[in-house]
Amino acid sequence: MKDRGSYKPLSYFQLMEVTLRELLVEKGVLTEEQIRRQVEDMRGRTPERGARVVAKAWTDSSYKKRLLENGTKACEELGLDVPALKLVVVENTPEVHNVIVCTLCSCYPRMLLGIPPDWYKSRAYRSRMVREPREVLKEFGLSISPHVQVRVHDSTADMRYLVLPMRPAGTEGWSDENLAPLVTRDSMIGVAVAKSPGTSA
Amino acid sequence: MEARFRVGDEVRVMKAYPPGHIRTPFYIRGHTGVVERICGAFPNPEELAQMRDGLPTQPLYRVRFRQKDVWPDYRGPDSDVVEIEIYQHWLEKA
Repeated sequence: MKDRGSYKPLSYFQLMEVTLRELLVEKGVLTEEQIRRQVEDMRGRTPERGARVVAKAWTDSSYKKRLLENGTKACEELGLDVPALKLVVVENTPEVHNVIVCTLCSCYPRMLLGIPPDWYKSRAYRSRMVREPREVLKEFGLSISPHVQVRVHDSTADMRYLVLPMRPAGTEGWSDENLAPLVTRDSMIGVAVAKSPGTSA
Repeated sequence: MEARFRVGDEVRVMKAYPPGHIRTPFYIRGHTGVVERICGAFPNPEELAQMRDGLPTQPLYRVRFRQKDVWPDYRGPDSDVVEIEIYQHWLEKA
């Protein structure tokens, strides 16, 4: 079969992006190098940053206290800059399960979790997570006991949210470095719990 | 602008439908909840969206609502809640 290549015409928003970018460069507002660096930085942010914060909170109770009081400051302690962003960290306990959604758009703690997954931005997740969180969590494979309060956080304004998942059993005495890989992106959004030791990645 | 409400206060979200860029979700307008925390003060996003300075800054609250109050047909337990950030000019004393 003849290879017809993968050319597709630009979509409306792709065309808008190219147009705006070229205009900003042409008018000297930004340089191409600055844009490239920003994109590189953005892609360099991964959920491992958030996992470091969680693992530290699991092993250091005074850090955890500071994190819950002022998330932004506590991240700075670890050298994680969270500019123009007020971070609220919400803690899962045996009595409370927290989950994050942004019903209006797709606000997400990108500085700690990187680029959001597509489902987080989907209309279905955004509209259903506030209305029937337990059903949606079940579809993620997470069944919450009726004795546990489900607390949905709708990220509508200037705050960004991170869930502090519960530390898995069987990790007593573990170091931050060993704990961090158990902390997944989804567990920090609240649609999953942290991995248990011995489960594969 | 000074914060008019304190943590634990009962507040009602105004049932208003102004045009423009509004950060108060439709589904919560008209509902009553309890102030969970005061987040600080921020430029009014409705003004910012119009290219104005958004000043004076508006106190921002996190308000906790019972799911059963928000969705009468909510199927989960009574204890379930939803917490939302709402600017002061959208709130009145309940």
